[in-house]
Amino acid sequence: MKPAAFDFIRAGNLSEALDALGQYGSDARIIAGGQSLMPMLNMRLAKPAVLIDVMGIPGLDAVRREGDTIVISAGVRQAALMQRPNLASELPLLAAALPWLGHYQTRTRGTVCGSAAHADPSAEIPLCLVALDGEVRLRSRKRSRRVKAGDFFVGMMVTDKADDELIEAVTFPVSKPGSGHAFKEVARRHGDFAIVGCAALVTPDAIHLAVAGVADKPQRRSFPLLDGSALSDALNAFAWDLDARDDYHATARLRRDLVRSLGRDTIKEALSCRT
Amino acid sequence: MSHLSAATRHRVAFTLNGRPVSLEAEPRLLASDALRHGLGATGTHVGCEHGVCGACTIQIDGVPARACLTLAVQLEGRKVRTVEGLGPAADRLSVLQASFRRHHALQCGFCTAGILVSLDAFLHEQPHPSEEELRIVVGGHLCRCTGYTPIIRATLEAAEQLRSDPSLPDSSHV
Ligand code: FES
Ligand code: FES
Repeated sequence: MKPAAFDFIRAGNLSEALDALGQYGSDARIIAGGQSLMPMLNMRLAKPAVLIDVMGIPGLDAVRREGDTIVISAGVRQAALMQRPNLASELPLLAAALPWLGHYQTRTRGTVCGSAAHADPSAEIPLCLVALDGEVRLRSRKRSRRVKAGDFFVGMMVTDKADDELIEAVTFPVSKPGSGHAFKEVARRHGDFAIVGCAALVTPDAIHLAVAGVADKPQRRSFPLLDGSALSDALNAFAWDLDARDDYHATARLRRDLVRSLGRDTIKEALSCRT
Repeated sequence: MSHLSAATRHRVAFTLNGRPVSLEAEPRLLASDALRHGLGATGTHVGCEHGVCGACTIQIDGVPARACLTLAVQLEGRKVRTVEGLGPAADRLSVLQASFRRHHALQCGFCTAGILVSLDAFLHEQPHPSEEELRIVVGGHLCRCTGYTPIIRATLEAAEQLRSDPSLPDSSHV
């Protein structure tokens, strides 16, 4: 339960971090808050030769609004985002989901972008990114690019990020008038990884439901404004398509059942809180 | 940019419970081991070493953090507070600690250091905690013997005492 040896590089600015990433590539990992990476290091599931610490880079802790988009930079801690004064009106889904992300004692250090980089299939940030069709901004020495959340998450803890790239920011579209949001999850203990997590976005003409913890990455499906048995059928089809597996925490059958019942409750709540 | 090589030990200096301290640390050394083995501050306990149990919780610049998910080198220049720094003096308990004692909020004590450190930080942030809020904060810790009810009861009473007398020692942070 102790990490294997690594070099530790404190980047003083973004360009130093990108140089180090360019130089060490797949031997290096970025460390920000460390709340996803440190358990991997302690258990030696990850053994990078070099850690590049980005928390000393000035300006990386900024959350800013660019038109109808909220841009959350790599150094923004989860607890800091929760304290953003307009969060509940700008990003009601995040305001609902963040209290479920880890514990009070881990959100103080864990970052929003770090959670996206880790890409755990049951995690809240990847789920919200997929639900809201957010973007990930990637940067390397050679290029910058933006990837839609649906394309960024490739599989269990696998993303589209190249070895020489870092996540500079993740972005979420600001909530539009007439839309409703809700988040629900079932876990063994508040703050543990979700067995199933659901995020719903309801717009004037569609229901979007994203589900975490079932497939190998968060998955989103859009329906017209269905209700009653038509909605049940749509949820049932979605639950089967997610190809749930049995594991130590829950059976596939329980997971499908949660997609149907928790999914319905989440949609119901999103409909009831439309602005 | 500073590049600390894996094979050598590097000097790390920070403030521990109000006093400047330093030690030599390899980059891979966990903050929990730095405190316990490097500095002999064994009040911080180590249970799971992957962020789940909360036994190792310390305060870094006033906010709670898992020492087992923090590297010693990340403490450089920070203000660290551990259970040893909660009481106003070596032979005196803080209001929260005294309330834990009165309510039998500990049995073996293994989880207690982390829980006290978390709750101390939370009570500064939220002097009027509801039982629900406290249950969520304590939910970040595993206690395998006392049961959580006396822990919550002790904390509610301590919060009330701290509110009624702001001169009590817990209301000032080291
Ligand atoms: S020892 Fe750090 S959380 Fe368990
Ligand atoms: S008092 Fe024994 S584990 Fe909590």
